[in-house]
Amino acid sequence: MATLGPSGFSPYPVAVYEGILNPPPGKALMFNEIVDEEVAMREAAKAMLTRPNPTIFPGPQVLYAWNEEAKEKARLVKKMAEVLGAKIIPMYDYRPKYPKINPAVEINPNHPNLTIWHNKIKACIFVGVHCHYANVALKIIRAETDCFTIAMCGMAGHEDAMITLRDQHVEEMEKFIKIAEEVKKELGK
Amino acid sequence: MQTATDTVIYNRAGQRVVSPDYLLFEAPRTKHFMTGSEAVKEAVKRASVDASVSYPITPQSEAAHLIGELWVEGYVGVYFRGESEFGVMSEIAGCALAGARTITTTSGPGTLRAFENFPMWAGTRIPVQLVLMARGVNSPLSIQPDNLEVGFLLDTGCMIWYAENAQDLFDMILAGFVVAEQPDVHVPVITVVDGFFVSHTREAIMLPPDDIALPPYNPYRAPMPVIDAEVPPGRFLRDPFVMKSNYISYATHASWQWEVRSAIERSRPYAKHYLRGLIEEFGDPTAELVFVACGTAAAQAKEAVRLLEEEEGIKARVVKLKTIRPFPIEELRQAVKGARYIFVPEFNVVGWLEREVRRYLYGVSDAEVIGGPRVAGGMTMPAEVIVKEVLKLTGKEVKHVL
Repeated sequence: MATLGPSGFSPYPVAVYEGILNPPPGKALMFNEIVDEEVAMREAAKAMLTRPNPTIFPGPQVLYAWNEEAKEKARLVKKMAEVLGAKIIPMYDYRPKYPKINPAVEINPNHPNLTIWHNKIKACIFVGVHCHYANVALKIIRAETDCFTIAMCGMAGHEDAMITLRDQHVEEMEKFIKIAEEVKKELGK
Repeated sequence: MQTATDTVIYNRAGQRVVSPDYLLFEAPRTKHFMTGSEAVKEAVKRASVDASVSYPITPQSEAAHLIGELWVEGYVGVYFRGESEFGVMSEIAGCALAGARTITTTSGPGTLRAFENFPMWAGTRIPVQLVLMARGVNSPLSIQPDNLEVGFLLDTGCMIWYAENAQDLFDMILAGFVVAEQPDVHVPVITVVDGFFVSHTREAIMLPPDDIALPPYNPYRAPMPVIDAEVPPGRFLRDPFVMKSNYISYATHASWQWEVRSAIERSRPYAKHYLRGLIEEFGDPTAELVFVACGTAAAQAKEAVRLLEEEEGIKARVVKLKTIRPFPIEELRQAVKGARYIFVPEFNVVGWLEREVRRYLYGVSDAEVIGGPRVAGGMTMPAEVIVKEVLKLTGKEVKHVL
């Protein structure tokens, strides 16, 4: 947790206040380093394949059939989960859940740590979550858990995730699945 | 490049849609003579604006009225009068939440009347643009040039840019939409200009043709879903979690607030590109005497630099800040390297810019920071007033009669 600088005043560390910004187009962010997308994809796959209880958190942009891309992405999320041996726990809306959420089957951006604690999740992928809510959740997860966070973002990325892949659409998701299959093979899984 | 694709696209007003870079940097420009308020109209005309709301507080600038004329001419999608300044800022938020590109204007006391809305805008991540023609907020009521209210706005979670003149204002309004609407930024932008000095006076301004315009806003790239009352999860979007107070809501609030501030920080690379840097430097780069200023104060400081050099043989320079939020921290630190004295001339009595400058130079620069000269309540700041301050410091005889 940050102890110096403006973010030190917050219970939550904030990446941009530690000088970290989203990667430029065509690149990815791995912790505080800008790397090639393929390098980040390999490390993301490795984290999901080697850490306990890997889970994909799909958001409304892939859960609802807004358009053809959303439907195709949803299909790829399922395939990704199969390759990575990951569970899927949906973030199907952003409203806080009261009196409490059921952390076994859902995750919410306002208290994502509950789901991660309950399921002992040590690696996760955010996909299809609107950027603001992904950022709110990722800051909380970073502060409250030891979960390795990976953000697959259709826009500019999320610097509070440990690995950020930006401009991720169908083609990029297919590329990630292919890399995940290779890494899985290399790991003898 | 004129468009993003080979297909020519037109907006609702029949203007050809061009890239922001083409509109701001490449399109041929012609010279015009107009007020700051008219420059607002010209910018809005080329900005594919969907909605604007105004309130005719007296004595207003003409800007909001001129946007109304654009609505009549078909350049603005929706335009109406609010019930009050508070109403305007709430209603414009509603338009933005529904996915519209929006702009409005205010100044001075009207700003305070509407104040509750500004952090709400930022918290709901709407890229509203507010043109603030700074006019002071003191009691007894002032309607004269004074930028005290900008000091109040610094921590609302909105970006704050400061235009020096009508040209800056025109360019900043167009760039403001582009930067504020980036998916990873997506917070409001307040483009400030000094009331009367810029809003009501005429100056030369270079404008691109009015048959081209910015690409329309795409709300589906927003970091929050656009309101849709019919299709879930649309109706859930901005549920006020604070109303259901438990320990979770505090955690969310902390993260949420940091996220809004993070969004402002993420605007740096975009603003740097579209504003051609977050600061502008003027004068001899080796001068040990530096004025750090924004708006009209920067313009007057530039004139003071000329007077100091020509009449007193003193070298000086100006660092003009184009953005206040985000504050150009690194740019300022680099720019004042080698400075011995830093003056911060301002159009307010409290010296909010001096506070900012001291904060970011603390422990970094050995230069002596001097908060002044300051004028307020509608006073002008002749360059000679600035020169006099410098001469007092150097112990030289003050020749100018003021």
